[in-house]
Amino acid sequence: MPYLLILVAQRLALGALLLLAVSALIFIGTEILPGDVAQSILGQSATPEALANLRRDLGLEDPPHKRYFSWLWGLLHGDLGTALTNGVDIASSISKRLYNTMFLASVAAVIAVPLALLLGMIAVRFRNRWPDKLISGTTLGFISLPEFFIGYLLIYFVAVKLGWFPSVATVYDSMNFSERLAAVALPAATLTLVVLAHMMRMTRAAILNVMQSAYIETAELKGLSSFKVIFRHAFPNAIAPIINVVMLNLAYLVVGVVVVEVIFVFPGMGQYLVDHVAKRDVPVVQACGLIFAGFYIVLNMLADIIAIISNPRLRHPK
Amino acid sequence: MTDANDTLLQVDGLCIGATVYPPDAKPHEIAIVDDVSFSLSTGRVLGLIGESGAGKSTIGLAALAYGRGGVRITGGSAVINGRDVLAIGRKDLRDVRGSDVCYVAQSAAAAFNPAHKLIDQVVEAALAKGDQSKASLHERAIELFRTLGLPEPDLIGNRYPHQVSGGQLQRIMTAMALCSKPDLIIFDEPTTALDVTTQIDVLAAIKHAIHETGVAAIYITHDLAVVAQVSDEIMVLRHGKTIEHGNTRQIIEQPADPYTRALVNVRTIDHPEAPADGEPLLAVSSVTASYAGSSEQVLRNVSVELRPGQTLAVVGESGSGKSTLARVITGLLQPSDGQIRFNNRLLPPALAGRTKNDLRELQMIHQMADVAMNPRHTVRTIVGRPLEFYFGLKGAAKKQRIAELLDEIELGPEFADRYPAELSGGQKQRVCIARALAAQPRLIICDEVTSALDPLIADGILKLLLELQRIEQVAFLFITHDLATVKAIADSIAVMYQGEVVRYGTKTQVLTPPYDDYTDLLLASVPRMEIGWLDKAIAGRRMGSAGN
Repeated sequence: MPYLLILVAQRLALGALLLLAVSALIFIGTEILPGDVAQSILGQSATPEALANLRRDLGLEDPPHKRYFSWLWGLLHGDLGTALTNGVDIASSISKRLYNTMFLASVAAVIAVPLALLLGMIAVRFRNRWPDKLISGTTLGFISLPEFFIGYLLIYFVAVKLGWFPSVATVYDSMNFSERLAAVALPAATLTLVVLAHMMRMTRAAILNVMQSAYIETAELKGLSSFKVIFRHAFPNAIAPIINVVMLNLAYLVVGVVVVEVIFVFPGMGQYLVDHVAKRDVPVVQACGLIFAGFYIVLNMLADIIAIISNPRLRHPK
Repeated sequence: MTDANDTLLQVDGLCIGATVYPPDAKPHEIAIVDDVSFSLSTGRVLGLIGESGAGKSTIGLAALAYGRGGVRITGGSAVINGRDVLAIGRKDLRDVRGSDVCYVAQSAAAAFNPAHKLIDQVVEAALAKGDQSKASLHERAIELFRTLGLPEPDLIGNRYPHQVSGGQLQRIMTAMALCSKPDLIIFDEPTTALDVTTQIDVLAAIKHAIHETGVAAIYITHDLAVVAQVSDEIMVLRHGKTIEHGNTRQIIEQPADPYTRALVNVRTIDHPEAPADGEPLLAVSSVTASYAGSSEQVLRNVSVELRPGQTLAVVGESGSGKSTLARVITGLLQPSDGQIRFNNRLLPPALAGRTKNDLRELQMIHQMADVAMNPRHTVRTIVGRPLEFYFGLKGAAKKQRIAELLDEIELGPEFADRYPAELSGGQKQRVCIARALAAQPRLIICDEVTSALDPLIADGILKLLLELQRIEQVAFLFITHDLATVKAIADSIAVMYQGEVVRYGTKTQVLTPPYDDYTDLLLASVPRMEIGWLDKAIAGRRMGSAGN
C-alpha cells in the first residue's frame, strides 16, 4: 500500500507543478495577444491622455513579471481579480456559470459514461454481428455530424414537434432540481451523442484485446454466461485504457461546449469566455483558461490514478 | 476392459478441422483430429500423448465442446453422462462446462484472471450453478487447498494470482477444477511449464487429489514418463490419429507401434566425455553480477572453464542465474566483479568494448527460434547476414556458402527462399544454428535451445549439434534445465542454484554419488519411464522442494 500512496502523491505533485506551468503559459499567451483593453474600452473616442490614464488605473503599466506574480498571489487566495470591462469581481460572476456548466456536464456524463460502457460490452458480446454493427454505425454517425446539427435536429423533433422539452435551456436560481433537469435535457442529450462514440469504441477495442487472454478461455470453460465473462473477467482488465478516454471526454464536456451553449442559450462558462475574449478582457480570459486547464489536469490525473489502482499488481504487491 | 454401465465418457468418430490460410495458396480445410474414438470409465485416468500438433489438446477441449481459435468440431459424438455435448445447445453446454467437466490449463499463470482473488475464481463455477452457498464453497475450496498440499490453506485463497508461485498456481487451478465436484477433469499439460523439482510436487498433489476424490481424468502431455505416473491407460496420437491405445503397463513395457517405441526409447544419444586437459577457451572467474536498480546478486562468485571443441552444460531451474551467466559472457550485462578470459586474453566486460572479431567468435542460439528471427526475412537473408557482416561475402560466393550451411543443418538449399512462418519448430531452430555457424565461431552459447521442442525433434537437434561440434571443433556452453539433455551431450557440468555454482566438474564427476542435497533433488526429480517412480521418488527425498 505505501508504494501505491507514493505513486498517487507523485501524480498529485506533478499535477500541481503542471498547473503552475500552465498559469505561466496562459499569462504569457494573453500578454502577447495583439490589441489593448484600454483601446477597446474607450473605442473611437480615445485620446492619448485618456488611454494612458486608463492604463494606469487598470495596472497595465507595471512590468509583466510583477503583474504575473501579483495575479498568482491573488489566485492562491481565491481572488481571480476583477473584469476590466465592467469592474465586477470575476470569481462571483464565474461561480454561477461554472455551476451551470458543471451541472450540464454531470448530467451528460451520468448518462453517457455508463451507456458507452454498456454499448461497448454489448458490441463485444455480439462482435461482428448485427448489434455490433448497429451500435458502431449509429455512434459513428453521431460523432461525424457537427454538434450544432445534432442540436438543431433535437430542437426540431423533440422540442418543436413533440414538445417534450424546452428548446431554450435557460436556468434560474429559483428553479428546483427537476426543473433544471428538464431545462438541460436537450443540451445534455446533444453532448451525450457527441461523446458516446469515442468512449464506446475504446471500450469495445480494449475489451476485445483482453478477450484473447487465456483467462477468458478459463472463464468460458467454467460455463459462465457470455456477458458475465465480459463484465466480470474482461472489463476489470481493460479499465486502464478505457478510463483515459472517458476522462478526456469528461474534460471535453466541461470545456468544449461553447457551440452547444450558444445553440441552447445556456448560461455557462463557454459563452462567458467567448464574450470576454471578444472584449479583450484579459483577466477573465486568464481565469477561464486556468479553470479549464485545471479541469483537464485534474481529470487526467484522476484517470492515471484510477488506472494505477485498477492494477492488482500495484494494489497488492507481493 | 470396462463395463458399459460405468462408462462416463464415450467418444466416437471424433473429427475436428480448421481452416488454414497459407501465404501462397487458397484457404483450405485441414483435419486436426481424424476419426478418434475411445471410452473412459468413472474414476479412471486416460493419458493422451503425442507431439505438438498431434491434436491431443484439441481432443481434450472437445470433451467440453470447445474449439480454440478457428478450430471446428466437424463430426462424431462425445457422450458424457448420457448427453452428447457436441449436439446440445449453448445453454445446456454451460451446464456441462464447469460442472460435469472441468479444465486445468497448461499455464496457470495466464489462466487465472489477474484482477480477482484466487478463492473467488476457485468457487466461481460452482457458485454460478446456484445450489450451494458461498460460505460452504469457500470451506470446500480450503479443504481442497489442504488436500493439494498448499501452504496456509486457510489464507492462500485471499491472495491474487501474481502473489503465489507457478507451482502453487497450478495446484490452485486443480482445486478450482475439483471444486464443483466434476465427473471428469481435463488436465492439459499441467506441469510442462514448471521446473523439474516443482513438477514432481505438483504431479504428486494431482495424483493424490485424483485418488482422494475419485474423479476421472484425461491427462494430456508430451512427456511419456510423466503420464506413466498418473494414468491407468494411455492413448498415443500422431497427426490427429490414434496410433496405439492400451493400459499404461503395456504401452511402457511392450509398445506395439514403432512410433510409440520411438517415444519410449527417446534419448538414445551416447556421448563419451572428452578429457578436461589443455588450455581453456573460456574461463569465467569469480563473476558476480546484479541487474541495474537492484542490489540482489543474480550471480555470486561464479567460476567455470570450457575447453575448445567441448561442451559445458550449465544446469539449473528458473531463477538460478544460468541465463544471466550467458548475458555476462556475451557482454549484454557487465559483471560487478570478476573477469572473463577468452582465447587466453581478457574479454572487455561491455559489449561496446569488444572487437568485431570477439563478436564473431562468440555466437548465441536462443530458446525461442520463433522470435529470434525476423518474420519478414527469408532463410537466405537470415543466414546470409553474418556472412556479409563478418566476411563481406557477396553474390555467388555468398550463395554457395549459404547452400553449404543449409546442407550442414540437414535442410538443403531449397529452404533458402522460405520464410520462418513456413518452417516447423525444429526447422526454425536449425536455421538459427546455421546463422550461428555462419560466423565460424569458436564458442556458441545455446540457451535452452531444445526446451520448446518435442522430444523426438529435440533429439534430432542434439544429434546435429554433436555432429557439428565434431566437424567444426566449436565449443558449446549449453544452458538447460533438462538433466536428460545434459547427460546426452555434456563433457563437463556446472549445477547452478540461486546464483551460485553448487557442483562443477566433468560429467562423470558430477553425476557420480555422493551428491550434494540440491543435485540429489534435481536428479531424483527427473521423471523416469517406469511405473511407480513418482511414489518412490517422493518417499526417498532428502531435501524439500527447492521452490514452488
